[in-house]
Amino acid sequence: MEQVLGMVALACGIIIGLGAIGASIGIAIMGSKFLEASARQPELMGQLQVRMFILAGLIDAAFIIGVGIAMMFAFANPFVVS
Amino acid sequence: MATENQAVTANDYIVHHLTHLKVGSGFWALHVDTFFYAVLTGVIGCYLLYKAAGKPTSGVPGRFQAAVEMLMEMVDSQAKSTVHGDRTFIAPLALTIFVWIVLMNTMDLLPLDLLPKIGEMFGLHYMRVVPTADLNATFGMALAVFALIFYYSFKVKGFGGFTHELFTAPFGAHPLLWPANFLLNLVELVAKPVSLGMRLFGNMYAGELVFMLIALLGGIVGGFTLMSAFGFFGHVVAGTAWAIFHILVIVLQAFIFMMLTLVYLGQAHEGH
Repeated sequence: MEQVLGMVALACGIIIGLGAIGASIGIAIMGSKFLEASARQPELMGQLQVRMFILAGLIDAAFIIGVGIAMMFAFANPFVVS
Repeated sequence: MATENQAVTANDYIVHHLTHLKVGSGFWALHVDTFFYAVLTGVIGCYLLYKAAGKPTSGVPGRFQAAVEMLMEMVDSQAKSTVHGDRTFIAPLALTIFVWIVLMNTMDLLPLDLLPKIGEMFGLHYMRVVPTADLNATFGMALAVFALIFYYSFKVKGFGGFTHELFTAPFGAHPLLWPANFLLNLVELVAKPVSLGMRLFGNMYAGELVFMLIALLGGIVGGFTLMSAFGFFGHVVAGTAWAIFHILVIVLQAFIFMMLTLVYLGQAHEGH
């Protein structure tokens, strides 16, 4: 029981942490490319911004779903029968 | 909240707030709260847009009319750039999806305990006010989009054309490649509604849970202690920050759902 709880706590940390690393790297690369592209061709900025927001949402989604699942594990733990 | 019923632990509070108001059980359980708030927000959205459409002026528009016009133009230009074909149904569909999801997500910004407490006065002990934080609602919409993908695929390409595309699309028309093509197309088709539904649900569910955790910070307030002060300021600061960030998430997720619907339906219009 205690061991399962500890494992789940560790798992929550890993889910959120690794997800955050991936999402941050993804957003950072995309943001830098967006700035670069709009510095080269400022007239395309409007179109690119829309696409950037869509992709930001897509990148964020995987991370946020991970956070949701981790939160569920933390508060309504399905692995422990109390 | 914690001052009057000390016996409620943090865990109980969260679990209580994650329980739906249900009718029936098992497979036939109906989440009444999700259903009610989804219909309510839908009616509000229809009413607002109907009101804007009722008395348009060709002169200088008022603020409300200008906002609705901007919204219409935004959705229409997105639909125009992604769907090449008949848009008489798709563009209004995209507008409906956008407005409805924005309104359903906005239920998240209401004070967490406001509506459930009011419900408790009328004898409803469980209530979740955000319809999109329920997997059933998001997958309902995703499956509706899925059905429309099939409808437009059959309508635009015909039965033969669609089947031909399913078996020959990515790699080529050689009979040996048919199983591989079909498998790939099947995965692609199934991934569409799953990712649509899961993305919206995941975002809203996580957002709701974080609001609950912030509410728990407020729950430790009681008496003039250091913990109380921490809870109070933590509640105010974290609640403000997350609510402001959440406004972005609300609109962004609605926009993404709408855009992906348009992209999928646009793909259904395009032959290979």
